[in-house]
Amino acid sequence: MTDPCASERDGDLVVLGGGPAGLAAAATAAEDGLRVLLLDSTPWLGGPIWRPGPGATPPRVAQRWLARADSAGVTIWPQATAFAACPPDVLHVERGRDVCRVRWKQMILAVGAHELFLPFPGWTLPNVMGAGGLQLLVKSGWPVRGRRVVVAGTGPLLLAVAAYLVRQGAHVSDILEQASWSALAQFASRLAWLAPSKLWQAATLQTRLLRTRYRPGCWPVAAHGADRLDAVTFTDGTRRWTRDCDVLACAFGLVPQLRWPGLLHCRLTPRGVWVDDYQRTSCDRVWAAGEITGLGGVDLALVEGQIAGHAAAGNNLAAARWFARRARLQRFAAQLDRCFQLRTELRFLPTPETVVCRCEDVTWRAIEACSDVRAAKLYTRCGMGSCQGRICQTALQFLQNWSADHVRPPAAPVRVGSLAGADQEHADAERTELP
Amino acid sequence: MSTRASDIRCEIAIVGGGIVGAACAAEFAAEGCRVVVLERGIAAGEATSAGMGHLVVLDDSPAQLALTVYARRLWHALLPQLPADAEVDVCGTLWVAESDEEMALVERKRDVLAGGGVAAEVLAVDELRRAEPQLRAGLAGGLRVPDDAVIYPPTVTRLLLARAADAGAQLRTRVAVRHVEGDGRVHLADGSRVQADLVLNAAGTGAPALSPAAPIRPRKGHLVITDRYPGWVHHQLIELGYLRSTQAAAGESVAFNIQPRRTGQLLIGSSRQFDAETSDVEMRVVAKMVQRAREYLPGVEALSALRIWTGFRAATPDKLPLIGPSPEQPRVWLAAGHEGLGITTCLATARLLRDRWRGHASEIDAAPYLPQRFTAAGGSLA
Ligand SMILES: Cc1cc2nc3c(=O)[nH]c(=O)nc-3n(C[C@H](O)[C@H](O)[C@H](O)COP(=O)(O)OP(=O)(O)OC[C@H]3O[C@@H](n4cnc5c(N)ncnc54)[C@H](O)[C@@H]3O)c2cc1C
Ligand SMILES: Cc1cc2nc3c(=O)[nH]c(=O)nc-3n(C[C@H](O)[C@H](O)[C@H](O)COP(=O)(O)OP(=O)(O)OC[C@H]3O[C@@H](n4cnc5c(N)ncnc54)[C@H](O)[C@@H]3O)c2cc1C
Repeated sequence: MTDPCASERDGDLVVLGGGPAGLAAAATAAEDGLRVLLLDSTPWLGGPIWRPGPGATPPRVAQRWLARADSAGVTIWPQATAFAACPPDVLHVERGRDVCRVRWKQMILAVGAHELFLPFPGWTLPNVMGAGGLQLLVKSGWPVRGRRVVVAGTGPLLLAVAAYLVRQGAHVSDILEQASWSALAQFASRLAWLAPSKLWQAATLQTRLLRTRYRPGCWPVAAHGADRLDAVTFTDGTRRWTRDCDVLACAFGLVPQLRWPGLLHCRLTPRGVWVDDYQRTSCDRVWAAGEITGLGGVDLALVEGQIAGHAAAGNNLAAARWFARRARLQRFAAQLDRCFQLRTELRFLPTPETVVCRCEDVTWRAIEACSDVRAAKLYTRCGMGSCQGRICQTALQFLQNWSADHVRPPAAPVRVGSLAGADQEHADAERTELP
Repeated sequence: MSTRASDIRCEIAIVGGGIVGAACAAEFAAEGCRVVVLERGIAAGEATSAGMGHLVVLDDSPAQLALTVYARRLWHALLPQLPADAEVDVCGTLWVAESDEEMALVERKRDVLAGGGVAAEVLAVDELRRAEPQLRAGLAGGLRVPDDAVIYPPTVTRLLLARAADAGAQLRTRVAVRHVEGDGRVHLADGSRVQADLVLNAAGTGAPALSPAAPIRPRKGHLVITDRYPGWVHHQLIELGYLRSTQAAAGESVAFNIQPRRTGQLLIGSSRQFDAETSDVEMRVVAKMVQRAREYLPGVEALSALRIWTGFRAATPDKLPLIGPSPEQPRVWLAAGHEGLGITTCLATARLLRDRWRGHASEIDAAPYLPQRFTAAGGSLA
């Protein structure tokens, strides 16, 4: 039998995830002298936020980081999905139709976050989507010009997404912000000294949204339509309105992508992966940076990435220079968290017939009858489908306070052939490519 | 000893809420016995949720054939009553022969099965390709056993427990049994006790912790589940050399064993390992398993794998379960050691135990499964 993992490669430092955090970590560590391999499962670097549309160029800040990574000699593998670590110091990576093992000495996890979807009646109708997903869709050419859009959820992302959609020619009629006026007012009064640049950003956003009603203290309760969306009903807790629309973009927040930390058995906190001052996780020789350590936005991701990169290279002095800035950004993130905390009313949106697990068509009634996430999974198939609970189990953490189920490989779906290992031909090709 | 307020009295205490414990609960409760099921986790949370759910006749030994044939007959009476979430599929088994030598074995296997009253049909090479176009060219033929079936064990376990509850049985989950005394006293981890006329030890790989002499060793297995590909294969497909893999006494082995699920997904198995230290997925073993599958079904490579998991089978030295009185504990009977066949044989296990409790004659000879077979020579069980 052929060696299942014939194609091998060594790297001092492997960085998982090429979003802002991963890019900054990789560039920094390489500048400090490490041999760095950066993996991202998509064809682009920069994560969802810096992802350019077809033909467009990435933003300036992204280009700057890409150039730094490049001149520091970071080896970059796009479209490379790390899916298992077994034995623990060997990463199994799928690259298109190839698969190879990467023996790592140090690792930085920077796999980012994904969107939180909350189920309510009608949320599975076509054209009800995650705001981030919609943004990516529009970037890749999906037409929104002239369409009537309602944006619902919470946080600054709502405004960013709405502004983007308006720029693309959509009619955004309402922005439903579930946080109350008073929470927002409190937040705004602190915003000024915390992050002036963000305040400015928010203000300019507002000016693009003159024809849009911004409605704090409101949230969607049902989406209507036969085979696709034609209206949404929302409430402020007492009154209800129904608005005709073609697209409902939901953004209830992001949640850290915890499959990789789970596979490696990293200790977690309620916010994400636990890290020390130097972004070191509870696992030996593993650091973490960016959204997986707690949501904080792109500025914090960049700072954490640089700290992790320096620390992995043993350059603690340089790492420590970023501590103050990180602390400031974390305070800002904590304010955001508090202000945009999801209200309990959102826990009561699903009706017994609402499908909560879309992959397996499992209703709220079936899930509510279960004692925990594992029981729900075994008896109803909730979370067993192709997204492996990414959507429903994340929602159930909020709806039921259930913790996530035990993580098993692969960390992301891969070809069955990739589990069988590389064949010798590919292995040789791989070796000649090594630096 | 005095009884305490927290103590429960019952006729039958069943330790373990896997499919074997659940089948026993349904059987004894239907007989009018007062039954309590004690499960340390959730129902079907261990081997029962890790297995493939293949209801299959195996002929490794005459006793195994007799038990699986009897069990399959009991299943066929139950299958029509099961709801949709039991994912029943009478897809049959197709045993695949790689070479002409194996083809000779196919003929023999058909005769052995016929002796047990099991219908089976030999497929020549072209018939094999027609039945399963995804199989590679160059295989020798196969044996189709049309009445084998597939279920989804966790929901069936819950259904059996619900039937037991309807007949008055009590199910207690998240209570670990710490210790069982030979006189039927069961000590729970929360300090309470259950006093039973009879204790059924259906604790799977946990059975020896309560009945130390039960010769059971955990045998690890890996499975891979894919995304949905309805109609990609039509039968549960197993290499004819499968029994060789189950017989390997030590070390590890893999065999080609693929199951189409009602959902359109495919389960890819299987591996067997003694002395595995953890339940972690071992990519080395998965690779061997998938390579074996690829030798039969080249197209499997391109399918998308969603999840890999492991489970532990409760293996005995002679590949037969332990069904009947524990030689060391007079009021404790074993319902354990079903290795890779517990889903198939749980109903038969429950029926044999009920018959014995009632003093009825059983439909098949129960002697080959009696735990005392390991003490017959006078030595200790293990
Ligand atoms: C859909 C979406 C839209 C967003 N829109 C905005 C916005 O408009 N404005 C804003 O301020 N913030 C936005 N954010 C938040 C912003 O992306 C983050 O704050 C910031 O990018 C965090 O950087 P990061 O490096 O931690 O994670 P990310 O940027 O998410 O990067 C993680 C990277 O890891 C890769 N990856 C994941 N798993 C694997 C694996 N197993 N193997 C290899 N690679 C892997 C991913 O492909 C991704 O490129 C958005 C986030 C999302 C998810
Ligand atoms: C990979 C794999 C594939 C398989 N494929 C098939 C197949 O296709 N067909 C087939 O027929 N069989 C198959 N099997 C075998 C089958 O899964 C088992 O034989 C069967 O599930 C055993 O059921 P059980 O109830 O005895 O054990 P379990 O399901 O393990 O139940 C035992 C229960 O006892 C509980 N318990 C243990 N100790 C205590 C205690 N001290 N106190 C309280 N509770 C306790 C446990 O929590 C557990 O829930 C497979 C097994 C594996 C691992």
